[in-house]
Amino acid sequence: MKSKKWVAMLLAGGQGSRLRELTSDLAKPAVPFGGKYRIIDFTLSNCTHSGIDTVGVLTQYRPHILNSYIGNGRPWDLDRNNGGVSMLPPYQGKDGGEWYKGTANAVYQNFHFIDHNDPEFVLVISGDHIYKMDYNKMLEDHIEKGAHATIAVIEVPWEEANRFGIMNTNETDQIIEFDEKPKHPKSNLASMGVYLFNWKHLKKYLTEDEQDSSSSNDFGKDIIPKMLDDGANLQAYRFTDYWKDVGTIESLWEAHMDLLQEPSVFELGDPNWQIYAGNANHPPQYISKEAHVTQSLVNEGCLVFGKVEHSVLSYNVQVGSGSTIKDSVIMPNVKIGNNVIIEKAIIGSGTIIEDGAVIRDSEQGLTLIGENQLISSESALQQSL
Amino acid sequence: MRNVLGVINLVNERPILKELTHHRCLASVPFGGRYRMIDFTMSNFMNVSVSKVAIFTKDKYRSLMDHLGSGKEWDLDHRSQGLFILPSIHPDEKIKGDIQQFYDHLEFFQRATADTVIIAPGHHICKIDFNEVIKEHNSNGADITVLYKDYDGKPVNRPLYHQCSLDSNGAVQDINLYTSPAKGDHICLETYVIKKQLLIDLIKNCIEYEEYDFLKDVVKAHLKNLNVQGYHFTGHMPFIHSLETYHASSMEFLNPEILRSYFYDSWEVFTKIKHEAPAEYTISSKVSNSLIANGCIIEGTVENSIIFRGVKVRKGAVVKNSIIMQKGDIEEGAHIENIITDKQVIITKDQIITARKKPTVIKKEEVV
Repeated sequence: MKSKKWVAMLLAGGQGSRLRELTSDLAKPAVPFGGKYRIIDFTLSNCTHSGIDTVGVLTQYRPHILNSYIGNGRPWDLDRNNGGVSMLPPYQGKDGGEWYKGTANAVYQNFHFIDHNDPEFVLVISGDHIYKMDYNKMLEDHIEKGAHATIAVIEVPWEEANRFGIMNTNETDQIIEFDEKPKHPKSNLASMGVYLFNWKHLKKYLTEDEQDSSSSNDFGKDIIPKMLDDGANLQAYRFTDYWKDVGTIESLWEAHMDLLQEPSVFELGDPNWQIYAGNANHPPQYISKEAHVTQSLVNEGCLVFGKVEHSVLSYNVQVGSGSTIKDSVIMPNVKIGNNVIIEKAIIGSGTIIEDGAVIRDSEQGLTLIGENQLISSESALQQSL
Repeated sequence: MRNVLGVINLVNERPILKELTHHRCLASVPFGGRYRMIDFTMSNFMNVSVSKVAIFTKDKYRSLMDHLGSGKEWDLDHRSQGLFILPSIHPDEKIKGDIQQFYDHLEFFQRATADTVIIAPGHHICKIDFNEVIKEHNSNGADITVLYKDYDGKPVNRPLYHQCSLDSNGAVQDINLYTSPAKGDHICLETYVIKKQLLIDLIKNCIEYEEYDFLKDVVKAHLKNLNVQGYHFTGHMPFIHSLETYHASSMEFLNPEILRSYFYDSWEVFTKIKHEAPAEYTISSKVSNSLIANGCIIEGTVENSIIFRGVKVRKGAVVKNSIIMQKGDIEEGAHIENIITDKQVIITKDQIITARKKPTVIKKEEVV
């Protein structure tokens, strides 16, 4: 078999418990996003546009929906004769098997998969970030600087830097120190969870890390600090476009509101960088005579008879007459009855909101309704209490 | 029913939609905001799990081939090849009739393991449940079943349709070719169910006697000696035979009941997948009673209209009673009424184009 220039290992095993009810039945990367996508579509489409034709998707928590969604990878052009997409759950070997203990261990457990493809470089990415990135530019930078590893970084506001893994760099952007969620950050360059390694070099570290029983087997906490201790050449690659970690309900909501900004801060409809998604067959959306739709993204399959303002409606959402949806994210297949009011809420897939229900927080906070719920006007009242 | 073959017969198509059919076959004409007319028949075939579909083409089928691809969207790209596009093998000669073309590709029928064939045209907008049709075909012990529908279009004084007359048991007694349709007439839908072996025998027989027209020489000629049954289709199906009827039938899809019956309450209608983003509405958008496809950016006013994928309606632009096909661009301040714009048309800034009596077509890629 021809050896590959690079393969991508996409970490998609996280439970995403901070997304609460939205991940009770599915893994975080499978959570719907932007009206027609799932979160993982953004990284998979990045791979496609970067010309990466071999992607291992590391799954662990509730993988069923993700498995059937990704299928043979066709929507992302990953149905290849040689390479393509492989779902990689934990497995049993001759010496037994175990769950993925951490991000580094997940890749370690699949090093036969990587070796089989015999790549020069391995790109490790996570399936829970929203961004459009050409990984080729990062690779060019990596090769030019003769790096052992390159980590993509983005400048975050100083006051938020304590929530991220922070890279302290010298004047040539070589990483000299890694601080996980520092109380007193020395830099505001946050790791985007996008790592590029030379496979031979990484393999050695993964193997050593596996022998170390005190390690938490994590790229950020263990592998990167170890490489730095050994004086390896680690480079920061600065990314200046839109990037968002959607690991919490609040950030998921904010990322949706970002999509609605005029002028746009993150464009979904760029013809040169389409975001590919599966299951895309729905009729055009119908906007009725009485409906009002402004500052919103509406996907195919929607039937709108009410007022939709500054919101995202995913596919097959129905909004009854006299209803008002404002500042909200409505996930797929939600049926909203007549004379309903929804403000600043995320409504999970398949939920039914009955006539007259009012969903809004009395203190203007964000309201979350889970998947496949039945909300009557009485139960909506209780939710808000 | 894996033992059913689907045949889409485009050989008898006429370019009835003027500019819309100048450069593409009728089956390939865009319809309903994101479909091509052929998608409805393809999806009806899919609903009976046909094992293979053969499309007998006449001419101008480049866009059709581009649209259908490998047949993946209709689940036809399986190991034993599901989709066949079968053009004339005599490109320099005028085709003698659909039977000639069936005969030239007789191998398609002979090789297939299925024993029942459905033949249909490529431009019917309808949801026909062929499971029911085949059930009735079998329980009648019919040799051929002919689908018909009572004419419910506007009266028209042109010999456009073939009319079936039936006896009290529902058997077809006669077929009058090329009649002007009147309300309630049993219009032959040129859609048939027939056993494969009988079809092969009849085709061979016709060729021997130099007969080339399926409806006339296979169906009508054998009304006496074969059991030819009628199947009364009572569902929704617009009679489309002109730009006016195309425009009016499109507008019927702005009725939520029709929308639900086609797209929500029965099997799906599949079409070519494009990875367009959700439609974007800005603070200035005013949309009412319209169908909007993905990939659109609506900043202006859209009323009683059908907007296909990737269309831009810019600030201050007004679109009324119109059909804007894929990637149209209605620039700032433009105003159009009763217009059909073909793909990639640009209506430039502040242009006002209104058609009063009949809908007017603006040709593909034109800049007005």
